[in-house]
Amino acid sequence: MSRLAECFETLKSDNRCALIPYITAGDPEPSATVDLMHTMVSAGANIIELGVPFSDPIADGRVIQAACERALQYGTSLSDVLDMVAEFRTTDDYTPVILMGYLNPIERMGYEEFTGKAMNAGVDGALTVDMPPEESDEFVGLLGKNKLDPVFLLSPTSTSSRISKIAAVGSGFLYYVSLTGVTGAPYLNVDEVAVKLDQIRQQSNLPIGVGFGISNAESAARISKIADAVIVGSALVRILEANQNNVNEAKLKISYLMKSMRESIDMVRFTN
Amino acid sequence: MLSQPNDYTSYPDNNGHFGKFGGMFVAETLIQPLKELRLVYEKLSKDESFLAELDYDLKHYVGRPSPVYHAQRLSSRIGGAQILLKREDLNHTGAHKINNTVGQALLAKHMGKTRIIAETGAGQHGVASATVAARLGLECVVYMGAVDLARQALNVYRMKLLGAEVVPVKSGSRTLKDALNEAMRDWVTNIDSTFYIIGSVAGPHPYPALVRNFQSVIGREAREQCLEMQGKLPDALVACVGGGSNAIGLFYPFLNDEGVKIYGIEAAGRGLDTGFHAAPLCAGTPGVLHGSRTYLMEDKDGQITETHSISAGLDYPGVGPEHAWLKDTGRVSYKAVTDDEALVAFHKLTRVEGILPALETSHALAYAIKLAKKMDKKQTILINLSGRGDKDIDTATLNGEVQI
Repeated sequence: MSRLAECFETLKSDNRCALIPYITAGDPEPSATVDLMHTMVSAGANIIELGVPFSDPIADGRVIQAACERALQYGTSLSDVLDMVAEFRTTDDYTPVILMGYLNPIERMGYEEFTGKAMNAGVDGALTVDMPPEESDEFVGLLGKNKLDPVFLLSPTSTSSRISKIAAVGSGFLYYVSLTGVTGAPYLNVDEVAVKLDQIRQQSNLPIGVGFGISNAESAARISKIADAVIVGSALVRILEANQNNVNEAKLKISYLMKSMRESIDMVRFTN
Repeated sequence: MLSQPNDYTSYPDNNGHFGKFGGMFVAETLIQPLKELRLVYEKLSKDESFLAELDYDLKHYVGRPSPVYHAQRLSSRIGGAQILLKREDLNHTGAHKINNTVGQALLAKHMGKTRIIAETGAGQHGVASATVAARLGLECVVYMGAVDLARQALNVYRMKLLGAEVVPVKSGSRTLKDALNEAMRDWVTNIDSTFYIIGSVAGPHPYPALVRNFQSVIGREAREQCLEMQGKLPDALVACVGGGSNAIGLFYPFLNDEGVKIYGIEAAGRGLDTGFHAAPLCAGTPGVLHGSRTYLMEDKDGQITETHSISAGLDYPGVGPEHAWLKDTGRVSYKAVTDDEALVAFHKLTRVEGILPALETSHALAYAIKLAKKMDKKQTILINLSGRGDKDIDTATLNGEVQI
């Protein structure tokens, strides 16, 4: 069983919802990333979503764009990100790590080389924002061959036939984008999300993570009632931005925010 | 080189592919809106009343057909092939861009959209979008890189006069690529109300085909006009290529005419070997950006690199996927011209023919002048004079011989 599948299985039997933090690798500086990953695990992360910086992150809002720019100032490459995961794995062989990013750095490295290296580094899955299933046959095949889960997005605009199609090619979990917009958007309609998740669950048994627009313990708790995983990105990256010259301070604040999310998520499930 | 198709005009396939190029590389949220756009377009492009409406607008609002002008004095100065100019600079708003915005605005109207967004580099597409929005009473927001905003001030002012909101984009290289990023982000956020008028043959399917089809009125007219004037097709076509919409608009109706040589001219900036250029077809590698697979300017890690061109409209690290495919099939030859060569051509056409070309267009002119010298006086070169150069006088005075 893959690390991701095992993680969701365990959480399900404990009636817990996964907490998945996102940070951009190399932000605010490459030497901070592995440490931040361990910090987030200590603060309650079940899975880590590690962003691969890209020069043109069109699905991301201002906060993650700026994180990409900070990481790219240090020249953080896809190879560097894979090295970071390998380093993380030397002391944590348990927490799944998925890479989230855009296709071009992977195209440049080559699908074969990327999937092979990712498996060796201890990566568990890849979410490639701008690669829909229609374009992904070869890539998904190579991911599978290297025991990596292809994680795909679903959104409020996904029709029923697309949900089936994506559920058939995706594995690990499905990532539901809670709103039509970019990461870090200031609005979230939990009722609308709930309706869509019901629809998705009728067509797939995969766990569903919900991301975009979740910024605090309160919104995390509300989403955790209906989802298998709560994904939080911009709220954490904002802390890194504000404390980019003081990584220790950033770690403390990230840890504090994540623990508050963890507690409120667990509270919801225990009281239900 | 790829094997050559029997019919160059039968692409893209149903999934938007031109060979290995093109496609629909976007986040999930945009897939359904793009499919809807494709369906609406496919339906309307066969609808007689829609086509009649488009024809009426092109004739009475844009001022089509644009003439083909035989530049005799320039031709005799060069002493080689005869130079013909397809005068897209005479269109309403001063460039070819309006052909496409008129068409897409009609689609927006039929889809019931109330808001139009656009990206712009030189500002010509922004002006053309603001113009059709004003005419239809639609809200219009134009994204423009902060660098371009400064060097194309006249067009910024025109867009504002027309009632558009011009949003300066300060991320990345602060030019056309970043304006496109920001427009995509706006679109995904306001998908219900908003129609995104992409200005070039770039972006995800169906945009490259849709924009090409609206722009190919240029080549259809030019083909007939050449036959009428010269009794034969031109020996060569030349057009500048940024994203590539004016070029594909001219080339497309000639692609199956084997005897017609076709040249697309990119911006060599300070020189292809300096790294300061915007010539992905001449010096780039295939990759994925802005929704399609095409040639890009990128570094060894797959990050998009900054480009340089004296002309804002060519200052783009990607290119329409159909051009990428036409390069690999060998049907079109892609060459590059430097900033300095373009400036010389800019002044030359102005002084010799009394026509002030856009700096983008000047790249095509510069190459055509070189090409004409190697050709016979009985041969002809048709250049797409894609836009007028009034917008470029600030840049020209900084770099040229005439001062204000």
